[in-house]
Amino acid sequence: MSKKTITVALMDPPYETENLTTAFRILGVAAQRGYNINVFAYEGASGLAFIRQTPHPNPVHGKDLAEENHPTTKDQVAALLAEAEKNGGKVDWVNCGMCVDERGVNEFVPGTRRGSPADFHAFVEASDNVLVIPTK
Amino acid sequence: MAKKTLNIVESAYRAVMEEQDDTILWLLAAMQGAGAQHTVVLRGNAVNYAVAGQGVPGLTIGEWKQTQAPKMDRDLLDVIEKRKIPVYVIAEDLADRGIQESELVPGVELLSRTALPGLLAGYDVVSHW
Amino acid sequence: MAEYLLIESRDPFESNDVGYLYELAQGLVESGNQVTLFLAQNGVLPARPSKHSAALAALARSGVNVLADDFSLQERGITKLAEGVTSASIEVVMDHLAAGHKTLWH
Repeated sequence: MSKKTITVALMDPPYETENLTTAFRILGVAAQRGYNINVFAYEGASGLAFIRQTPHPNPVHGKDLAEENHPTTKDQVAALLAEAEKNGGKVDWVNCGMCVDERGVNEFVPGTRRGSPADFHAFVEASDNVLVIPTK
Repeated sequence: MAKKTLNIVESAYRAVMEEQDDTILWLLAAMQGAGAQHTVVLRGNAVNYAVAGQGVPGLTIGEWKQTQAPKMDRDLLDVIEKRKIPVYVIAEDLADRGIQESELVPGVELLSRTALPGLLAGYDVVSHW
Repeated sequence: MAEYLLIESRDPFESNDVGYLYELAQGLVESGNQVTLFLAQNGVLPARPSKHSAALAALARSGVNVLADDFSLQERGITKLAEGVTSASIEVVMDHLAAGHKTLWH
């Protein structure tokens, strides 16, 4: 399979919609295939890679921290980067800077970076295809 | 030459007071400034952005006062006139909402819902917002 | 003519806007394009046979390739599919993206 470059724009914040479940599944396929992946994390999605996320236990179900093993999107982002690298692909994950500022989520998973709409434009120009996953 | 992108925008009035912008129109304007070639189709509730004379004063909470309340009609005019982004508005969606053509800001082009499939062919990228 | 992938994440029980994407799919096929409608998330709910499935069957008959995300189906316990709908892997989405097909998410 030839190497492709795919750009995905995300908008949803962590833990709020099913859009991100599907988005990470789609991105995971690209990473497994060793594609180059550009992600423009806009608005609420600028918090996906916020390094200060922490998991929590689940007292309703009687699970402690370890038992609950609650996902964090920062771990999913890090896993995506690792999977792509393992398969020869590159991930350029940009967190929209102003979105990051207004949400105070300005510490990122290593390997992701701050950026701007100019990066999204550059991504579009350099990609084989673009998928925008809008929020509602 | 930049890729031609068609942006079908249906999201309307989502966080516009907090962001003081529609964040999609803002993003497209910023990208246009970076060299993009965008076109916008307003559909669904977003057709209401083309209604002239809309807007509210800034929010007030206690002593805190918002000083830069957004006006979607003004921002749409900016997109059309300053950013040179063509803007289509789905005619049937206007009619469904009781909006007359005479109420619209200048510069928007009406497009029938039935013409939308044919419009997509002329663009390299089509995005839905 | 071109190929399109339309991803429908919404369902007709909660949203009355799903018809817009179905109509867009139909219009694109009638214009001579190849169209795949990929139902995902709650968008797979009408894939369970019900009065809302008729629209999907009609799309399939008109030439739209109607697929339902297998993960979303399993998550919702949908095991029997309406006429014209086929279960598919999320890999299909990346196949279309990699092939350069215009892809819209609703």
